[in-house]
Amino acid sequence: MAALSINNVCKTYANGTDVLKGINIAIGDGEFLILVGPSGCGKSTLLNMIAGLDDISSGDIAIGNKRVNELSPKDRDIAMVFQSYALYPSMTVRENISFGLEIRKTPRAEIDATVKRVAEMLQITHLLERKPGQMSGGQRQRVAMGRALARNPAIFLFDEPLSNLDAKLRVEMRTEIKLMHQRLKSTIVYVTHDQIEAMTLGDKIAVMKDGIVQQFGSPQDIYDNPANLFVAGFIGSPSMNFIPATVVQSGSDIGVKICDDNGCVVLPLPHDKAKLAAFVGKEVIFGIRPEQITDARTAHRDGLPVMACHIDVIEPTGPDTLVFVSLNNTKVCCRTHPTEAKYPGESMELVFDVSKAVLFDPATEARIV
Amino acid sequence: MFKNLTVGRALVYAALLLMAIYYLLPLYVMLTTSFKSLDDIREGNMLALPQLWQGGAWSKAWAEACTGVECNGMQGFFWNSIKMTLPAVAISTLLGAVNGYVVSMWRFKGSDALFTMLLVGCFIPFQVVLLPMAQLLGLLGLANTTAGLVLVHVVYGTAFTTLFFRNFYITVPDELVKAARIDGAGFWTIFLRILLPISGPIFVVCIIWQFTQIWNDFLFGVVFAAGESQPITVALNNLVNTSTGVKEYNVDMAAAIIAALPTLFVYMVAGRYFVRGLTAGAVKG
Repeated sequence: MAALSINNVCKTYANGTDVLKGINIAIGDGEFLILVGPSGCGKSTLLNMIAGLDDISSGDIAIGNKRVNELSPKDRDIAMVFQSYALYPSMTVRENISFGLEIRKTPRAEIDATVKRVAEMLQITHLLERKPGQMSGGQRQRVAMGRALARNPAIFLFDEPLSNLDAKLRVEMRTEIKLMHQRLKSTIVYVTHDQIEAMTLGDKIAVMKDGIVQQFGSPQDIYDNPANLFVAGFIGSPSMNFIPATVVQSGSDIGVKICDDNGCVVLPLPHDKAKLAAFVGKEVIFGIRPEQITDARTAHRDGLPVMACHIDVIEPTGPDTLVFVSLNNTKVCCRTHPTEAKYPGESMELVFDVSKAVLFDPATEARIV
Repeated sequence: MFKNLTVGRALVYAALLLMAIYYLLPLYVMLTTSFKSLDDIREGNMLALPQLWQGGAWSKAWAEACTGVECNGMQGFFWNSIKMTLPAVAISTLLGAVNGYVVSMWRFKGSDALFTMLLVGCFIPFQVVLLPMAQLLGLLGLANTTAGLVLVHVVYGTAFTTLFFRNFYITVPDELVKAARIDGAGFWTIFLRILLPISGPIFVVCIIWQFTQIWNDFLFGVVFAAGESQPITVALNNLVNTSTGVKEYNVDMAAAIIAALPTLFVYMVAGRYFVRGLTAGAVKG
């Protein structure tokens, strides 16, 4: 196990494209780091660079206290699980797991013991003599993890390991990976484009876009305090509502003006008045998550602004019913208790919990408050 | 069997049957003629079966027929061809495998350009390389030797085998190589332990292709080999063109079939893998 630090790492291809533009990330020993972002954001490239499969154009990567820039993959003490599993097709599961150990000239007895231990841990003992072609996706996934575990490396690298599995299996394996991490206290770097995986698995998340880390922090921090419009929209499902609104002064309060067919209200904001004052009269993007617009029973807090809204569509999900309304000509999703939700065409009183709402500058997409 | 036979179906089968006959007829004529006596050939119908089946033409073609001034039949040249074809096929196929592995899995600066140049090699006509190759063989002291012919076929065939293997390995996920590199495997370990074991189909394609090309080659054989080291294709030509009075069609036919037997054999043994190999794309890991 080891810490990982990535200092000002850049990647430029021969044709001049900048894939990574100065990445700074540091995690401690035993931490679970998620690299998340849309495709093309550079997350897999960064992972390959940590693995040593891609060259580093500038900057440093250190595993433990050792700078690894020039080390070949095999000398970095890492193991990697790939999206396609990358099991060696001509080898049995046993040979797949022991291959890396054989190459490192581990004594036979030790290899056998390791294969046995790993197979038992992942419950694949009965598959040891099979070939990859004779197994299901979930089984291959386990073998791929087994191959990584057998090596007992300083850092585990996962490259979208669950994206080829069906939905149910994905959730199961997600929990298993988390359990494995809790038990082994291993350092893990995990690449995904799935924000739910990012939230559920990570100790730390780096949200990436266009080769830049947009935000780096704990999952809850990123969820509650997104650094910009992109992060706010990317993390969370259903995603945050972005309502174009004008900042207005009403008495001693500063708030945002929200209108629907029936009329307008001003939602007073409890944020830093000094910062807000500069935006009075200007257009901003008012960001509020679906669970922060709800029915009175779920909100169970007094003193929050209430607005009667016309319902366009409802989507029952079971535990909640999503109610869609139109505010400032924008479709807005609200998460309500199933028994409290009204029906399309009806009007419903919605409570706005503005304490966690955020404002973004529409031009720069940066966070205002 | 004929329950679902519609008119369209019947037409398709009729057309297929016709084409099969069209392609098999020469073989039939060759086979029957080779077992006929000269009188039988002169008097009888070309399509008729022999009045008396006799194998004399075969033993003559193998051991006694004249190919120029020598009259030792095809046997020596048959072994010449074997001695030329086996190493040439083996070397060009293995070279192609390694080349294909490098240009698909270990891209380096200029590797695409290199591959393109190799591709161009597939389109160079035989005639173009004759003179430079003759000079090269002379310089190397390999002129008129079987080793020289092997070299010519290896050089010419490597472009094709590289193309075959490259197109096969390009369908293998490169994550496989990445995983092996992380596991600590080097260039040759990855090739020998991970890629070679899954390369069976493409090896069959390559071997059939190369064997047929090299065994059947006439031009390189007639230009770069002389006398004792000539391959069987050249000997067959000489045999057919050497006339001492009567034209022995039965011996000519037997000799032609002897010359074609090895390629027929290779197709029959490996033919089904050939089709499978050509269509095998993805290696589902």
